[in-house]
Amino acid sequence: MFNFSTISTWLHGFLTNTCGFAEWGAILTESILVALVIITLYAVFAIALIYMERKVCAFFQCRLGPMRVGKWGLLQVFSDVFKMLTKEIITMRQTDLFLHNLAPFLVVTASMVTFACLPWNQGAHIIDFNIGVFFFLAVSSIGVVGILLAGWSSNNKYSLIGAMRSGAQIISYELSIGLTMLAMICLTGTMSFSEICTDQYVNGWNIVRGHIPAVIAFLIYLVAGNAECNRGPFDLPESESELTAGYHTEYSGMHFGYYYLAEYLNLFICAGMASTMFLGGWAPLQITGLDGFNHVMDFIPGAVWFVGKTFFVVFLLMWLRWTFPRLRIDQILSLEWKYLVPFTMVNLVLMAVCVAMGWTL
Amino acid sequence: MDSQNIMFVILAVLIVLSSLATVMTKSIVRAATYLLFVLLGTAGLYFLMGFTFLGAVQVMVYAGGIIVLYVFSILLTEGAKDETFKRKAKDASWGLLLSLVGFGAFITIVLTQKFKAQVLTAPVESTNAVTSIRSIGDHMLSTGEGGYLLPFEAVSILLLACIVGALIIARKR
Repeated sequence: MFNFSTISTWLHGFLTNTCGFAEWGAILTESILVALVIITLYAVFAIALIYMERKVCAFFQCRLGPMRVGKWGLLQVFSDVFKMLTKEIITMRQTDLFLHNLAPFLVVTASMVTFACLPWNQGAHIIDFNIGVFFFLAVSSIGVVGILLAGWSSNNKYSLIGAMRSGAQIISYELSIGLTMLAMICLTGTMSFSEICTDQYVNGWNIVRGHIPAVIAFLIYLVAGNAECNRGPFDLPESESELTAGYHTEYSGMHFGYYYLAEYLNLFICAGMASTMFLGGWAPLQITGLDGFNHVMDFIPGAVWFVGKTFFVVFLLMWLRWTFPRLRIDQILSLEWKYLVPFTMVNLVLMAVCVAMGWTL
Repeated sequence: MDSQNIMFVILAVLIVLSSLATVMTKSIVRAATYLLFVLLGTAGLYFLMGFTFLGAVQVMVYAGGIIVLYVFSILLTEGAKDETFKRKAKDASWGLLLSLVGFGAFITIVLTQKFKAQVLTAPVESTNAVTSIRSIGDHMLSTGEGGYLLPFEAVSILLLACIVGALIIARKR
């Protein structure tokens, strides 16, 4: 299996020995390089996801989607990006401009740090603490502050209502996400993303190993993840018919673009986390007994596996989004607090019993 | 100065400036935002020392919980007119006195204590210098030497009392 750490150790050796950097200088250079790669990937995945969303949505509604710009509308998103970049950023009177301009950066920073937690390949973990999952959950909760500040600083009651709805929804559904992840941590026995992936490479994917409780956790995670991204049947913070566009109504130009970026990347991060915790992350498909098949699968690099699984989950989430009608706010909150939370708690106990009795595969 | 200490200086300056801004600003939502930066900077210090668990708890509980709670309650109670109360000279003098006492106590502790290390050194995750989640869990739920089961349960009783209290306040009459 291709291990990315060969490249990173070679790069470190190249910087320290050949270029004569001090240790901290080499680490600083590598960090800057990694940050540039992350930002580029962030933009590239956003463009891919926006195109995919439009096409998937169109096919679900028996349309063709964007077709005019480029072959099959492939250049549509690029032209949208350039349009967004050239738009004016409107400043408003009677608002707190500092907070108004700060809010999109809080949202996009939180989503970028969580993006860096994803396991891209064996040896290509960017942020890999031994408390990885907990760090991921902690950082993702900073985005809520950005959303609330955006709603408040717009000085617009629709934005404020949108922000309140979004905040209440994200805080509630974080609970289910945390509890389902806890169930999977119970199965793997570690919180570090690299160890979780290695474990699944050796012992099989979690969703197979954990059978019934893992499948229940996966389904609940998909529902809660969709709500966490303010998407799907849960997109009422920005329900266009009643609240114009929710908390980002008053934003224009690239400040609006940041929310747009963060929304799609949160979808990707949510799907990536699902593929890490349940579908093995970068671990290739392995079937015990079929050694030749396993050997062939090992030749496909981990990054391909990870991105492939992630896009599979993204497709599931888009399917969910374009199939179900929107819920009301009280329905959303009662779904979480009356059904999903008790369900996940029982599921956590079930998983703990399975692990303790050795009923895992 | 190595990279650890440069990062420490950056974080320390961030913390000091944001805490000053927190108490100096007139707008209460801005104060909450500056407080967010203070708490994130503190989390950064924990990460710098290698206490990743403590840092993540700091981010989760304070940045993700307390600040959101503050902003939420400000939004629910005051609306657009969020100017903090007009400071009277009498209140200000009391505040000044109290902060001077606090500052004096803080400085005395800093000067009298002998700290272990003068400079920060880079922690390594694999060694015992960094507490792993496993050892934290073992300590949290053990009754033996270095066990924290009793305080842990006491805290959960406190949380239960808070939930019951919130339910009583919010119940339909």
